[in-house]
Amino acid sequence: MRFVDEFRAPELITRTAEEIRRLAGRERHYRLMEVCGGHTHAIYRFGLKDILPDNIELIHGPGCPVCVLPMGRIDDGLSIAQQPDVIFAAFGDMMRVPGTQGSPLEHKARGMDVRIVYSPSDALKLARLNPDKHVMFFAIGFETTAPSTALTVMRAKAEGIRNFSVFSNHVTIIPAIRAILDSPDMRLDAFIGPGHVSTVIGCRPYEWIASNQAKPIVVSGFEPLDMLQSIVMLLHQLRKGEARVENQYKRVVPWEGNRAALRAMAEVFQLRPYFEWRGLGFISQSALRLRDSYAEWDAEQRFEVPGVRVTDPLAAQCGEVLKGVLKPHQCKLFGRECTPEHPIGALMVSSEGSCAAFYSYEHRKAATASPLASIA
Amino acid sequence: MCLAIPGKILEISSDNPTSALVDVVGVRRKIDLGLLLDDMPVPGDWVLIHVGFAMSKISQQDATDQMNTLRALGEVEGAVQEVQGYGLENS
Repeated sequence: MRFVDEFRAPELITRTAEEIRRLAGRERHYRLMEVCGGHTHAIYRFGLKDILPDNIELIHGPGCPVCVLPMGRIDDGLSIAQQPDVIFAAFGDMMRVPGTQGSPLEHKARGMDVRIVYSPSDALKLARLNPDKHVMFFAIGFETTAPSTALTVMRAKAEGIRNFSVFSNHVTIIPAIRAILDSPDMRLDAFIGPGHVSTVIGCRPYEWIASNQAKPIVVSGFEPLDMLQSIVMLLHQLRKGEARVENQYKRVVPWEGNRAALRAMAEVFQLRPYFEWRGLGFISQSALRLRDSYAEWDAEQRFEVPGVRVTDPLAAQCGEVLKGVLKPHQCKLFGRECTPEHPIGALMVSSEGSCAAFYSYEHRKAATASPLASIA
Repeated sequence: MCLAIPGKILEISSDNPTSALVDVVGVRRKIDLGLLLDDMPVPGDWVLIHVGFAMSKISQQDATDQMNTLRALGEVEGAVQEVQGYGLENS
């Protein structure tokens, strides 16, 4: 395994890996889903699959907020920015995501005013600096990011900054997990829970997974030792037929979450009745829109939005990869028409996308597919 | 990005208690403390930063470990680029 020596307690990493082999035994096949894109990235980068026994299968979940956005939402945001004197502001990760008429970066090359910001507060700063323009912030992210957008909107209101709006594509993690569990394609035994989303929402929201669905979930840190320890904790529960929420990432994640962040979110946002996710279809109460008290800062209220539903290119299997039904290399376009240099779908663009992660670290091994390559 | 960046609080802004100057591997920028209102950090504290906002307070050891993790994931350059961009300093 790579990078063993770079982390604290390398001998502990080796012992934990041995404990996993011991606990996993040989008979039972374990399907563990890691929800968050940061964990997907870590799994590939650290070569964790190489040290896990063959009967433990890691399945990638939909925890990549860029990846789950249907193409139509990109088009909607860009159509707003096509109006005169509108600046399109978004995080760097959004810039190369394809819409039907090209990505934001490609629109910039064609004359649209497109700016990268690294914080929602900098999108607001752009509005202060450009009083004769309107800044539309294309907001993405799970609950890790939504509180920061919320605080920024509150500040815009408090300061009376009117040339600023948010096009909200914030999504919430729990409904996505619920949709995966409801899906007939998926059989899962347990979850490795997201790290930094949980610093905001805490561990309590996961309790229904354990009690209603009888699946264990362990909230995990991002080091190899963290993830291996989380797998040990899951295996202990699975072998005993238990289903509980556990927090392996206690040093960062408080059980109750971040109350100030949750208050900010509740103040500014409300749940949309439903929202379309790539791969998972329409999920109720799974995304955030601005409350009516903040309508002036809601781009969807300030501007006309086409709202056209756009399906992915026919051959692209982004949805199935997102759900974990297919591994990245099983998509017909992977590594051929769709590469990081010319991506067809968002999973190849985003640093948290499983296709991008797989491509960087493993695509050469895909030619010799393991017996676990197909989920059937 | 899912992963947060560790930084050390250098000073709280005198005109705005929710704004602080942080140091992230030598890059100094202002970040927002608005999400830590219930447990505000002081100079010398370490915090995890995500899109320009401090998300939680952490120990110095955890900050070092998080930096190691970012390094091992090949994410330090991206993290530093993000911090350098705070305040539109890179535009």
